[in-house]
Amino acid sequence: MNGFSQPARWERFFWPMLASALLLALWHYSVRWSGTRVFPSPVEVEKGMAELLRHHVLWGDIVDSLRRVALGYGAAVLIGVPLGLTLGWYPAANQVVNPVMQILRPISPIAWIPVAIIFFGIGDGAAVFLIFLGAFFPIVVACINGVANVPSVYRRAGRNFGLTPPQLLAKVLFPAALPQILVGLRIALGIAWLVVVAAEMIAVDSGLGFLVIDSRNSGKRYDLVVAAILLIGVIGLALDVAFRRLEKLRSVRWGFRLES
Amino acid sequence: MAQAQPIVAPAVVRTKLSVDRVSVAFERDGKRTEVLRDIDLEVGDGEFVCLLGPSGCGKTTLLNAMAGFLSPSSGAIRVDGETVRGPDPRRIFVFQERGVFPWLTVEGNIGFGLSKLPKTERDPRIAHYIRMVGLQGFEKTYPQELSGGMKQRLEVARALAVNPDMLLLDEPFGALDSITRLGLRAELLRIWEAERKTIIFVTHDIDEAVQLADRVVVMSARPARIQEIVTIDIAHPRDISSPRYLDLRDGIFQQIGLAHKL
Amino acid sequence: MVGKENPQASQRQVLFQTFLKLHDSVCASARSAARANEDPQMPEDSAARMNLRLLWRPLAFIALLLVLWEIGIRRQPSHLLPGPWGVVGGILDLVHHGLLLKYVVASLFRVTWGFTLAVALAIPLGLAIGWYRRAELALNPILQILRPISPLAWIPIAILWFGVGDLAAVFLIFVGCFFPLMLTAINAVHSVPAVYIHAGRNFGLGSAALVRRILYPAVVPSLIVGLRITLGIAWLVVVAAEMIAVSSGLGFLIVDARNAGNRYDLVVAGMVIIGIIGLLLDFGMQSLQNIRSFRWGYSED
Repeated sequence: MNGFSQPARWERFFWPMLASALLLALWHYSVRWSGTRVFPSPVEVEKGMAELLRHHVLWGDIVDSLRRVALGYGAAVLIGVPLGLTLGWYPAANQVVNPVMQILRPISPIAWIPVAIIFFGIGDGAAVFLIFLGAFFPIVVACINGVANVPSVYRRAGRNFGLTPPQLLAKVLFPAALPQILVGLRIALGIAWLVVVAAEMIAVDSGLGFLVIDSRNSGKRYDLVVAAILLIGVIGLALDVAFRRLEKLRSVRWGFRLES
Repeated sequence: MAQAQPIVAPAVVRTKLSVDRVSVAFERDGKRTEVLRDIDLEVGDGEFVCLLGPSGCGKTTLLNAMAGFLSPSSGAIRVDGETVRGPDPRRIFVFQERGVFPWLTVEGNIGFGLSKLPKTERDPRIAHYIRMVGLQGFEKTYPQELSGGMKQRLEVARALAVNPDMLLLDEPFGALDSITRLGLRAELLRIWEAERKTIIFVTHDIDEAVQLADRVVVMSARPARIQEIVTIDIAHPRDISSPRYLDLRDGIFQQIGLAHKL
Repeated sequence: MVGKENPQASQRQVLFQTFLKLHDSVCASARSAARANEDPQMPEDSAARMNLRLLWRPLAFIALLLVLWEIGIRRQPSHLLPGPWGVVGGILDLVHHGLLLKYVVASLFRVTWGFTLAVALAIPLGLAIGWYRRAELALNPILQILRPISPLAWIPIAILWFGVGDLAAVFLIFVGCFFPLMLTAINAVHSVPAVYIHAGRNFGLGSAALVRRILYPAVVPSLIVGLRITLGIAWLVVVAAEMIAVSSGLGFLIVDARNAGNRYDLVVAGMVIIGIIGLLLDFGMQSLQNIRSFRWGYSED
């Protein structure tokens, strides 16, 4: 981009490792110099992580968080995709529903907690509901935009070949919109992961989010806190990477040519 | 215009498409723009007709109306006596670019209109049209891996596969380089002579019109009217340096008001 | 060979055409608003009828939802959740006690600080990282790990460093905005077409001038889109942060109203206000996109 020569292949590993090493060193020494008793150094975090793994607590929490995401996100996909496709297909319906969605969308799922607790009580149900809320709107919006952005050429060609409207939706609009829908689904998954952690800090008593809060509350174990935070990041990244694999499938890859 | 002995197409043909005093006007932001005014045209079965005119003159609008993608503000368009109400697989439209579906392979695209056929019929048909447009070996390729010329060939194959009565082509070679264009014109003529579909071809390239068409409908600028219909009475293959060819071409040049001496 | 002249036929045709057009317009009226942009060859209804129709349908839908809500509440035995009137009453209650303005200002205050700080730091950094390929190679893994971490997960650290209070909330908002903004800036730099850069070089611009006269104007449209999205995130985070870490603001209102007496009318009133303000913030950012000198970046397809 800037005219310096393209980085050599070895640089692809060198620079990240250098930067990470520097950051770890910076972290380590600032903990030392500030003399804090509480904030952990990288070594302590690593030990904390090993401790979590050894006590088998960690796996249960990871499974709990992932399960809630699966349920809430799955529900959001099952309801949101058809709804979004329909709203994108019938602009009249979209005009009607859109203002309501625009008002509900900026309300953080966390703000729904009291309402969720009334309906579902404290526990999994409330968390799943919050995840559903968080993922639902991005999915619907992505589907609407995906369908609306299908170039009219494809629509016309479909009609030309005698497709009925339901066939047009299934055989032309949906495949044409799929790349954009997938991007929306991926972003929604990221949001779901954010929400589950937040929800677990407030409304349930297991999972990675709960682990973060609990490690602090019961014993100021900040080494475990930071370990849990990093783990949240890593798993979130893994989810994202896995999803991006889908985008490489040949029947959708055409839609991603210009995106990194 | 003096006509030599007609060498192509018998004078009496069944009328396939009739455009009857068609006008098309659009409303945008309260302003009414007339794009087509009082178009009268008849196209015979199996004829190759070119709509020729400068860019933006409304020839694409007329083609869209013929295909049924829009309805005329007044007048009617009839195919085989029936008024055109909407798009129909019997009149397949070939777009200038990006008409092929990027999420389907070459086979998938060509087979797109054939979903009602059983597999035993569909597969040989797809193979036949792949051969016809010279895309053998690319059956499982996706359009993004094809060149522009190949994509247009794919679109023509897709159009032909459903065996339409009419092909409507909207400057299909406009986005391609001149060498590819020459080759594709020859292929289109070859296909037309083999299958004898009625073809209506929109272009702004005078040479292309004279090389391809039985009749060239020269259209004026917006609001478009038919300025002149020129019959090209040269047999195929046409010699583009023959006096008759140059004569007709220059005549059309003058029609459009261009000097042919630069 | 040219045309048929048949007056009676054309009269019948005109009538038939009119009927067909009526039929078509009834079927197509729902589509015309969105389709008009991409298919400008469709003859359209008059504009005035369109606007009226645009307004009353969504309003009617909202009214319908409100009615259903009210009915649903009346049916419920436990009288815990408020109906629409209960919410209105809650809002008036807040106004009466002078709390509404106070809480809204508190939330906006924190958002402004956290968001602005994030913008001031993340955008220049992100632009620099996007510009220097090696910097991006170096920092990308770290960014990718930190990005999926919910800002709320930083709460213990925020409290450790800043104690409970405004600063912690601002920090959380800052963290929540920082990474998306950085990624926005990096992507914005990447999406500048190379031709612009080459043209700039061709005209003899040095690096500094290149950045100032080409890169910066070229990235502004996508930056604004990113800012808009991130402001939405900031608004989500502030509410969540206030539910945990501070004692004023709209998020606090929700938690407090429930804890101190199950005042669910105030809870839902708070939610509604959050939604409306979030919407207004979004509109504000959208208007930035309409500034003429940026409009080139948003092509009408």
